[in-house]
Amino acid sequence: MEPYISVKNVSHVYPGGVTAIKDINLDIHEGEIVAILGSNGSGKTTLVKHFNGLLKPTTGEVKIGDLNTRKERISKLSSHVGYVFQNPNHQTFLPSVRQELAYGCKNLKMSEEETDTRVQRAIELFQLHDRLDDNPFDLNSSQRKEVAMASIMAVSPKVIVLDEPTTGQDHKGCKRVLELVKMFKEEGHIVVLITHDMHLIGELNCRTVVMNQSEKIADDHASVVFSDKNIMAEAGLQPPQITHFANEISHFDPNRTYLTVESILEWMEANQEEDVKVGTRS
Amino acid sequence: MAKKAIEVSNLTFTYPDEEAPVLKDVNFSVNHGEILGIIGPTGAGKSTLAMCVNGLVPQVINGEMEGTVRVNGEDVSESNVAKMSEQVGFVFQEPENQLSQMTIEEEIAFGMGNLGVPRDEMLIRIKDALEQVGLVGFEKRSPLALSGGQQQRLAIASVLAMRPTIMIMDEPTSMLDPKGKNEVYDVLKNLKEYGMTGIIIDHEVERIAAYCDKVLVLSEGEIRMFAPSEEVFTNVEMLHDLTLHAPQVTEFLARYNQQFGQKLKLSTTVEESIEVFESAYK
Repeated sequence: MEPYISVKNVSHVYPGGVTAIKDINLDIHEGEIVAILGSNGSGKTTLVKHFNGLLKPTTGEVKIGDLNTRKERISKLSSHVGYVFQNPNHQTFLPSVRQELAYGCKNLKMSEEETDTRVQRAIELFQLHDRLDDNPFDLNSSQRKEVAMASIMAVSPKVIVLDEPTTGQDHKGCKRVLELVKMFKEEGHIVVLITHDMHLIGELNCRTVVMNQSEKIADDHASVVFSDKNIMAEAGLQPPQITHFANEISHFDPNRTYLTVESILEWMEANQEEDVKVGTRS
Repeated sequence: MAKKAIEVSNLTFTYPDEEAPVLKDVNFSVNHGEILGIIGPTGAGKSTLAMCVNGLVPQVINGEMEGTVRVNGEDVSESNVAKMSEQVGFVFQEPENQLSQMTIEEEIAFGMGNLGVPRDEMLIRIKDALEQVGLVGFEKRSPLALSGGQQQRLAIASVLAMRPTIMIMDEPTSMLDPKGKNEVYDVLKNLKEYGMTGIIIDHEVERIAAYCDKVLVLSEGEIRMFAPSEEVFTNVEMLHDLTLHAPQVTEFLARYNQQFGQKLKLSTTVEESIEVFESAYK
């Protein structure tokens, strides 16, 4: 199958000569959730800004579907790749949630009817019925973020990029983000996440790309990446606390990487027969 | 020296045009040299509470306040924010909002200049502050050339140079990568060695559990728990009721006990949890 996003030998040099990403190759297919990890300044955001043409490669080529980003306008690419910023204040500016939801569709010059249908669908999926007349700035940060995601959902681009979706969110907000990412996938979107949130990646158990000093140093399943001590150390990353814990427990399957609390409990449940002696009250 | 670093009694605060108070009859105190973590869902009133301690609320951010806040025995309402800043330092979420100067040493000198600290004394304090946050050798660099973690440490250094006895940090690590988060928490831990008192607001329960002496849980403006970290984070049921969660290892041990009918001690750190679990297997 042809990849939907194809990044070939892409480097980007900012004016002034700083190389932000160096010779990146990355194919992303339909139905994938991909997390992009790495320290601040490692090139994550620069890479992702190439997906919707905000940045053009200095060398190499980026294709979104059949479109070569070098030749297309951002407006055209933005109907294929939607970007939800880290700070929802950067993309919410209209006086009501209803207007905010319609903005993207109107901007792409969709008919009123089409816009209505799409906005209605976003309202349903995000259960925003009661908030339509609220001013986004009267909502808390978690709700505002949700409105930003819903407006992207209304445009319904194939690819949804979420930049640090859980930053500053409380536990409930983080759980909601997790649900939404899964919903985006079920709705047929490709989801690209830029994040430092190792718990989120653990829960999603998804493909993980690690950037370090402008280069891609790993691209594999989260469980493989998180158990590679060299890669983790090089990129200054720490796996979720529970993974660290499980790695030190002699009884657990040494060939497995446990990314969540649930995955350990499930494994123990399944292996209970021979493990009843575990923790037996003598 | 007053017996308590911070003493909050019967504090109720209502923002203008709001009917319900954001803080409801809040009572707690912090001993000298203690590190207090404040957790709670979004909208619980955490930041408002923190700003009551240095008088920003209600002197700059207005509203109706009842009760008293004492810092080192002194009633905050009888002082002003400028004077309070000599005793209480404040670090915010986004370091960039707090940085304004061309070089790092100028940045650190800025706050002291406002307090009228003489030049010779400034040089000593700059050196001390840089040592305390691990930025020695960076004096002549631009604050904008630092990584996020370094910028936040610089923001902390600028506050430290004013020699407050109390440091408050409001979600200081949410914009930072894992390495940057650790750097900030290490600085927090060091405050103790300097005899300082610290308050940190954060959603990162695993780091709070590892670094704070006591934890205050705020929900809908009320204190729901206020106890040593260990005690707060092992009350998993209560945390869940408040839509919060415990560190992953604690969550795991609690669920393991429940699912397999065991009574392992709940621990809040990785090291101790490994010990508890491994010894139960032998």
